Amino acid sequence: MSQKVLLSSKDIHIILHRLACQLIENHLDFKNTVLIGIQPRGKFLADRLIKILQEEYQVKDIQLGYLDITFYRDDFRRGDKTLEANKTQIDFLVEDKKIVFIDDVLYTGRSIRAALTAIQSFGRPAEIELLTLIDRRFSRHLPIQPDYRGRQVDAINEEKVKVMWKENEGEDVIYLVSN
Amino acid sequence: MSQLSVNHLLGIKYLNEADIQLIFETADHFKEVINRPIKKVPSLRDITIANLFFENSTRTKLSFELAEKRLSADVINFSAAQSSVKKGETLIDTVNNILSMKVDMVVMRHPNPGAGIFLSRHIDASIVNAGDGAHEHPTQALLDTYSIREKLGDVSGKNVVIVGDILHSRVALSNIFALKLQGANVKVCGPMTLIPKYIETLGVEVETDLKKALKWCDVANMLRVQNERMDISYFPSTREYTRQFGVNKKMLDTLDKEIVIMHPGPINRGVEITSDVADSKQAIILNQVENGVAIRMAVIYLLASKIKN
Repeated sequence: MSQKVLLSSKDIHIILHRLACQLIENHLDFKNTVLIGIQPRGKFLADRLIKILQEEYQVKDIQLGYLDITFYRDDFRRGDKTLEANKTQIDFLVEDKKIVFIDDVLYTGRSIRAALTAIQSFGRPAEIELLTLIDRRFSRHLPIQPDYRGRQVDAINEEKVKVMWKENEGEDVIYLVSN
Repeated sequence: MSQLSVNHLLGIKYLNEADIQLIFETADHFKEVINRPIKKVPSLRDITIANLFFENSTRTKLSFELAEKRLSADVINFSAAQSSVKKGETLIDTVNNILSMKVDMVVMRHPNPGAGIFLSRHIDASIVNAGDGAHEHPTQALLDTYSIREKLGDVSGKNVVIVGDILHSRVALSNIFALKLQGANVKVCGPMTLIPKYIETLGVEVETDLKKALKWCDVANMLRVQNERMDISYFPSTREYTRQFGVNKKMLDTLDKEIVIMHPGPINRGVEITSDVADSKQAIILNQVENGVAIRMAVIYLLASKIKN
């Protein structure tokens, strides 16, 4: 197994600030916008973006939720193990809100398809956008593309993109892992 | 990721502590789901479940059916009252006929103890025991202990007394197994005629004085007096039973602590507990009903994940 660094801590820092700025350009004061981190890994990215928006760009009162998609996935019973759920935490109404889905890696698009179904359990949003840190293009199974992307990556199917966060794994770094 | 150690839920006796924790954690997620505006998830849309009720039940059947529908499973219902069982068909033939319709899971209530175990040895589908005679009622025990955990934070170390007709109660037996497995201290309390011999071998103590039992416990799980199961008289009169083993508000007020009151339903108001107790803040009877759906969703979800295409 070999792994090479795709993005260093410094690269990630720059990209996160750029993504935050792009969000501000489109949503201004976030009055009618809510951010939803897709569990489990989108949570870290969403938390980080909220921190930048609040601390460095003084955007106040942004609503943030976490959405678990386990029960909406189309591969239930296909793997060897039971799909284990994560916590969904959405304490606000999404009816007529603009939603930004946040996930770390966009690969086949199936997770986002599940998230689109799952969010309907909370109401009918006005519109939904997608923000991903890594966009693995050429790997899509479904016609789903991000509205905001940190970095586009060309990786073959055997390779894996591993996103590590300071809060969880001790450092900010993204690896491309191949067997 | 973890999964259940069993392919069927036949009784608490066949589960281990990790299984119960997994069911509880999964139920936590489903509890959140059933409090959403849209309470349905598509997880089990390719699964067909047959509810086979060879004995009457309203609330358990409703609870299972709701759980199955909220997971998007296809559901068929069978009740023995209007079926060919009356014409002399055997259990295996009845079930095999239903399974020929490509059913993946069977939820079965049967008047004979061990019916689910017998069936699991003869058919391929995953089986959930929804009560087999006076043997076990595992989902009730799971929802009861889940409700205790929700109310008191933990089951381990808590003192629980099960009051009433222990002899005829599958709820009592399953609860004893579930509570002991999770580290609770258990006593049973009731007329000696309704306490099975050798019950102490299950690691529980027998108490015939209700007041002493209430003083000792954190949770009192009141059982229904099952008149329909009593072929002979086990106590002189309902009035005497109520005087000896019924809980009323006055009794609870004399305790220097607040205990949790549970009841698997349906309640004989004024017999096992008075109305003011049943409707008090101490009673978690309606929480038990709500948790029942979440627990049954969790059990079905976890068992279904082991059924391969």
